[in-house]
Amino acid sequence: MSEEDEIILAELDDDELVAQMHDDLYDGLKEEIVEGTNILLERGWTPYDVLTKALVEGMRIVGIDFRDGILFVPEVLLAANAMKAGMNILRPLLAETGAPKLGSMVIGTVKGDIHDIGKNLVGMMMEGAGFDVHDIGINTDVDGYFAAIEEHKPDILGMSALLTTTMPYMKVVIDTMVEKGIRDDYTVLVGGAPLNEDFGKAIGADAYCRDAAVAVETAKEFMARKHNQMAAG
Amino acid sequence: MKTEPHSPIAANGPTASSPKTLRVIACGMIAREVLAVNAQLGFDHVDLKCLPAEYHHHPEKIAPAMDKAIEAARAEGYEHIFVGYADCGTGGELDKVCQKHGVERIEGPHCFSFYIGNETFEETDGDYLTTFFLTDFIVRHFDTFMKRPLGLDRHPELLEMYFGNYTRALYIAQTQNPDLQEKAKAAADYLGLDYEYRFTGFGGLTPALQNAAAR
Repeated sequence: MSEEDEIILAELDDDELVAQMHDDLYDGLKEEIVEGTNILLERGWTPYDVLTKALVEGMRIVGIDFRDGILFVPEVLLAANAMKAGMNILRPLLAETGAPKLGSMVIGTVKGDIHDIGKNLVGMMMEGAGFDVHDIGINTDVDGYFAAIEEHKPDILGMSALLTTTMPYMKVVIDTMVEKGIRDDYTVLVGGAPLNEDFGKAIGADAYCRDAAVAVETAKEFMARKHNQMAAG
Repeated sequence: MKTEPHSPIAANGPTASSPKTLRVIACGMIAREVLAVNAQLGFDHVDLKCLPAEYHHHPEKIAPAMDKAIEAARAEGYEHIFVGYADCGTGGELDKVCQKHGVERIEGPHCFSFYIGNETFEETDGDYLTTFFLTDFIVRHFDTFMKRPLGLDRHPELLEMYFGNYTRALYIAQTQNPDLQEKAKAAADYLGLDYEYRFTGFGGLTPALQNAAAR
């Protein structure tokens, strides 16, 4: 783009700016996302509106194009990096303003596996959707999951694996939950490149989520069911 | 060499109509090694067809592509087929294809394992948790096979996201080649990982092909 074509974010009206931020997220432009986020806040937007209307909606578009094979992993990671930069500004403000919370989640990559790109994306999108996310990192064994469950008492347990050699460990965690009689106290969501729906069912998870956007939608569905059950009970 | 007019590979290799001809359908990442083993063992009744090496990054494509490749080989008249893959991230899907067609594959979870030796790999699996493996192929094609598809050539800032949890680059070498060792070291430096070199040769690939060819 030539210098004279350069877009001055501060000169755009709100709708144009939000649309531009969607484009900037799509292009993974971290600095522009930080700038756009700050401009909207200065204009009196609530942190929650900036998050949902500018960042989460932008990432939703990225997610759709990734699923459709238009975008690839590097582009998604750049977009995620940009969103993360915006989230870093919003996170403390969201805490202060008491933005609505949908539920909470403990998420970790299973024992023997150090791959966390997918897990991090899911964690970020879940946070953006209004979940309290407790990320317990990589190479997490049963004890690690149980300690986090005990500490955070989440609604959802998320497990991730990239390797076919490590994904069976998810069953070890779920079986242990069954043994301890706590399996039904939590919604268990699993994900990772080599998994599929059949595997999710076979190991006793509540759902397999093929990507971050599906994870968010699935988590919301389970939370809605839980609330309905509680209301009915 | 006797050729058959209907054989599409008659000009370059053994004929499908020969009952002893073995069609190896392998990962492009081990093509050079399969040919080297064939040469080493003096096989003249083995021919090789490869699926794209890039499927390493998309293991979900391997089993469907193998299914088609085996069907195509059968249509060409090959009765004797061997799959030049380990499980390679297919999570058992490749085994289902093998069972469907009554063919066998290389044992093990992936090529890193069978190069090291599956038993040794299994015994020492925990040692490799934060290891990024380099093979002759990966070293030779590091820029086109790793940097470019991961977008690192355009966005080096992604390096930390991809490799931040790794600590070591282990070059398991199929050949003793100083140029490749130099490149492997450079790759490790680029990734910001400790470098280690281990000559494995072809490991379990040789007996796997030997057994397949003997059947």
